[in-house]
Amino acid sequence: MVASALEKRLQDGVAAGRLKSSELKDNFTDVHPPLDKHEALVASDRCYFCYDAPCVTACPTSIDIPQFIREISTGNTTGAAETILEQNILGGMCARVCPTETLCEQACVRELAEGKPVQIGLLQRFATDDAMEQNKQFFERKPATGKTIAVVGAGPAGLACAHRLAMHGHEVTVYEARKKPGGLNEFGIAAYKTVDDFAQHEVDYITAIGGIDIKYNQPLGSKLNLQKLRQNHDAVFLGMGLSGVNALGLKGKEPVGVMDAVDFIAQLRQAKNKGKIAVGRRIVVIGGGMTAVDCAVQAKLLGAEEVTICYRRGQDQMNASPYEQELAATHGVVIRDWLQPQKLKTKAGSVSGITLEYTQMNKKKLVGTGEMITLAADQVFRAIGQTFGDENSNTLEDELKLDKGRIATNEEGATSLSDVWAGGDCTNSGDDLTVTAVAQGRDAAEAITKALSV
Amino acid sequence: MADISNDFCGIKSPNPFWLASAPPTDKAYNVERAFKAGWGGVVWKTLGEDGPPIVNVNGPRYGAIWGADRRLLGLNNIELITDRDLHLNLREIKEVKAKWPDRAMVVSLMVPCEEQAWKSILPLVEETGADGIELNFGCPHGMSERGMGAAVGQVPEYIEMVTRWCKQTTRMPVIVKLTPNISDIRYPARAAKAGGADAVSLINTVSSIISVNLDDFSPEPSIDGKGSHGGYCGPAVKPIALNMVAEIGRDAETAGLPISGIGGITTWRDAAEFLALGAGNVQVCTAAMTYGFKIVEEMISGLEAWMDTQGHRTLDDVIGRAVPNVTDWQYLNLNYVTKAKIDQDSCIKCGRCHIACEDTSHQAITNMLDGERHFEVIDEECVGCNLCVNVCPVESCITMEQVPAGQVDARTGKKVVKKYGNWTEHPNNPSVVAAE
Repeated sequence: MVASALEKRLQDGVAAGRLKSSELKDNFTDVHPPLDKHEALVASDRCYFCYDAPCVTACPTSIDIPQFIREISTGNTTGAAETILEQNILGGMCARVCPTETLCEQACVRELAEGKPVQIGLLQRFATDDAMEQNKQFFERKPATGKTIAVVGAGPAGLACAHRLAMHGHEVTVYEARKKPGGLNEFGIAAYKTVDDFAQHEVDYITAIGGIDIKYNQPLGSKLNLQKLRQNHDAVFLGMGLSGVNALGLKGKEPVGVMDAVDFIAQLRQAKNKGKIAVGRRIVVIGGGMTAVDCAVQAKLLGAEEVTICYRRGQDQMNASPYEQELAATHGVVIRDWLQPQKLKTKAGSVSGITLEYTQMNKKKLVGTGEMITLAADQVFRAIGQTFGDENSNTLEDELKLDKGRIATNEEGATSLSDVWAGGDCTNSGDDLTVTAVAQGRDAAEAITKALSV
Repeated sequence: MADISNDFCGIKSPNPFWLASAPPTDKAYNVERAFKAGWGGVVWKTLGEDGPPIVNVNGPRYGAIWGADRRLLGLNNIELITDRDLHLNLREIKEVKAKWPDRAMVVSLMVPCEEQAWKSILPLVEETGADGIELNFGCPHGMSERGMGAAVGQVPEYIEMVTRWCKQTTRMPVIVKLTPNISDIRYPARAAKAGGADAVSLINTVSSIISVNLDDFSPEPSIDGKGSHGGYCGPAVKPIALNMVAEIGRDAETAGLPISGIGGITTWRDAAEFLALGAGNVQVCTAAMTYGFKIVEEMISGLEAWMDTQGHRTLDDVIGRAVPNVTDWQYLNLNYVTKAKIDQDSCIKCGRCHIACEDTSHQAITNMLDGERHFEVIDEECVGCNLCVNVCPVESCITMEQVPAGQVDARTGKKVVKKYGNWTEHPNNPSVVAAE
């Protein structure tokens, strides 16, 4: 007998095809539809062209926001794109994934004035989409310097660094561990934030400047180590992400149905057919950051009936911004705070629930209260943070100074080795934002150029 | 409740809001809609002499400039006087006036500058029962090339001559509509008075090229790649109009001559300002063409509410009240000292006051205090120019505060004098005759 649509949707356990393909298509469209020309003009009119604008200060890449918005308002969309991209070559992706509500738009004086900031993120997307659709290239390479530089990782930090290095006339080889470029832009961000294969288009747009050779399936490890890179290149930039995932730290063997949220997110981004991705009927996501929200919302969009985010502290301490929390809530995700995982319940080798302990602050310390609650769950996601990863540590710790498990850098991205720079999530100085990784990659490229020209 | 009924040189209307002679008053259909909406009167779109009707362009007639959010600030037109048959217009004027006897019906006229032409048309208009006529000496485009409109309004002698012909021929009040495209508005106004005009109305539109198409380098509105200057109107011309109204209002030779104020009136507040500067009523066009006739409701309720709040019972309590306060620069009190003050609670920290003052004025506004973004007036530098008030996006955030007499002006280091003192007696004025 063929299962009805309702039966499919409500089947217990982890199962694929809960929703029809048409429903999935609707669910995974652009979460923020782009502005059309009229909307962009109306939105741009609201910018006050502030002096020493707070939005620029709030932007990790210091994009001249009043300038690009003014350019949009006068019909010079191309000029606007150039203004953005000269500071942030990944301005297109940042326009999609930046938590603008805690960066530029929070700083916008109209947020203070009316609680309604200028739609800076959407305006940035309007300008960069326009230029990228026409493949307008704004930057030319300076005369060849004869220097070659290794960039490890083709994510936001590595790409921003590679582009700026190529601009300065260096030859760049990018060593990417995966078979595809983009890093977290390609594997780590909810599908509804970057539709239509944008991450790959952006890589093509960036590398079109020339002088950037990306080599795939080249993880740092025994075959490719830092020593070798330093021997073969004039400088090295390390821009790999975090390869490890924090464990829940629960006793006993982990049952089937427990999974890392980052793997689920990557799987969704790479899936040709989202209907083939299995998802539970009742899901618990442990964590409180963007990854938890991206995972929970997408699980819901795949057709999970109940999705609960459990966070061990108060909701106001979650790393996910209030905006992200609201996005989760409007998609029917329940956020429960002051709960920490205690024990997974198992049935026939698969997870069937999770027992959590209520928590509270006691003398500035988070402690369990002893009171327990058990939530039914046929799938549990870990989203409690990522780590540098054992492989990275083992490969690098003998040569490089680490700090809190990540690469120690100064403001310009210099490491303890004079010919090695680093930026992005693998360093101790980031905030795990795409835009910060871009700024660090760009600034390291400037520092490398300066060092090599002495 | 304030009484806003209006008597303008003997023409009565329930309120002082008339529609100006323009596209909105070209035919019975529009005018009846206007009366239903509550307009106190209309000046029917300008009639020309009998014969083959006027021909208009068949391409665009209007161009515009906009402010933020595409708010229309200025409109420019190259439309001519009515292109409908004279007798059809006259018939409709008669019908509408009969149907709406309490509303003012004034008919705008423009015929060649010959006595017979004026004397022929006036009885036809009189026969409609219209309340008055308005002589269109104002339109700067098209008809002026044929010796009419602004071509007459720019020559005071012609104004006086034609006005006299009309006054000799008709019982109807004669309103002379003036063009702003002259150097001193007092001369045409005096000429109108000398010719016996019952009133003047102003301003007509300002000669203008509204914009240039940068693809084909044609002025807008573009007719097959060419453009001609048009008549500019709308909120952008209001300051020009206010000044011209005031100039006539305070000129000894034209004092007491009724003025119908025209030029960018969009809200009750605009209208009240015209009345205060001496206009006996107002005429509106662009605002109606932008938003429709309904705007008159806000004008009526706003004017009444303001008058009630201020205790003004009738329009006469308001009309001309600001005229004595319009003076020449040389009589302004140089001992009146102000400083800008920024209300830190309403400041949104956009910094526009700072950069305007820093780049273009007197370096009198901070941008930092103890390492924090903070905008505050430096009294030692502030000349009280008001630029910061004007560029601030938040209303009433920056105010100009008077430095009281006896207090030291931090900029000059001198005590503020209580006594009125102007340029005519200032020691730096070389024309001052030293007291013997």
